[in-house]
Amino acid sequence: MVSIWKLYVLFFKMGIFTFGGGYAMLPILKNEVVDKQKWITEEELLNYYSIGQCTPGIIAVNSASFIGYRMRGFWGMISATLGVISPSIIIILAVASLLRQHMDNQYVQWAFGGIRISVIALIISTVMDMWRKGVKKYRDYIIFAVSSILLMFFNISAVEVVIFAGLSSFIPNYKERNKQ
Amino acid sequence: MIYADLLIEFFKIGLFAIGGGLVTVPFLFELSEKYHWYTSQELMDMIAVSQSTPGPIGVNMATYVGYTTTGIGGGILATLSLVLPSIIVVYIIAKALDKWHENIYVKRILSSIRPAVLSLILFAGLDIAKESITDYKEIIFLIAMILAMRIYKKNVIIYIIMSGIIGLIFQI
Repeated sequence: MVSIWKLYVLFFKMGIFTFGGGYAMLPILKNEVVDKQKWITEEELLNYYSIGQCTPGIIAVNSASFIGYRMRGFWGMISATLGVISPSIIIILAVASLLRQHMDNQYVQWAFGGIRISVIALIISTVMDMWRKGVKKYRDYIIFAVSSILLMFFNISAVEVVIFAGLSSFIPNYKERNKQ
Repeated sequence: MIYADLLIEFFKIGLFAIGGGLVTVPFLFELSEKYHWYTSQELMDMIAVSQSTPGPIGVNMATYVGYTTTGIGGGILATLSLVLPSIIVVYIIAKALDKWHENIYVKRILSSIRPAVLSLILFAGLDIAKESITDYKEIIFLIAMILAMRIYKKNVIIYIIMSGIIGLIFQI
């Protein structure tokens, strides 16, 4: 049986190798958990990963919790989750405190002036990618339009928008009903 | 009580930020308006750092925001609060529902949330841009960056480093 400590170490490594979104994590997880350690099959891994995408929270964290739970129950889940977040805590705290000391520096300010622009470009580019993948049916366009109107003209919070969109899935779909 | 606020707000983000990558950004932008713990400029710096350092971006952002408010303790608390909903939800559904993601209702709810999240990220981005893009030089730079990202599809870190160098040269 896998030890709790080993789970922690493995997911610590996952945390280090994940850059940006959690999507990069899957191939590394497969290599470690399926190919090397043979703890679970590839099918199971994909299964957990897609469950991780369908539950609240950061995908990488969900996948870690799931695999941890399957390997060693409750404490396995806690250990894998703490493992995957530990590198973030260590690295970000180090970088943040370093930056705090140098943020007054004129050169650092100029560099971040440029970097902020690329962050906006990144957000816009991400939206374009998501649009291609996630907005296909006329229903999606309506949800996008209604959320945008709510955000533009009403003082509505992000949480409320997510709840509204989730609830809207219970509105019966005219086309689908006709098919049945 | 700032620790209690951090706990509640990041628990909420963990519960409602569904997906990966930048989904936490609109929630964090809201926090900046509600509590004034950080400015939207600082939020952008945090996004850049979180994107360029190891670790899932959502987790990195939580640590960074927590640190900005109350130091190391805040950083750890915010991160733990963010993952708490995941642990609770996974614990509940791991026992009962192996076929959770094949459930038709779960699928429908998620595919309905996706376009709304897109709109959330877009508007947070526009709000942030409003404060940061002030002259035509920056608009040109922004358009060039978007084009470069769409055409070359390189790792984001490369663009962040490049834009830092451009910022230094042109003193933005």
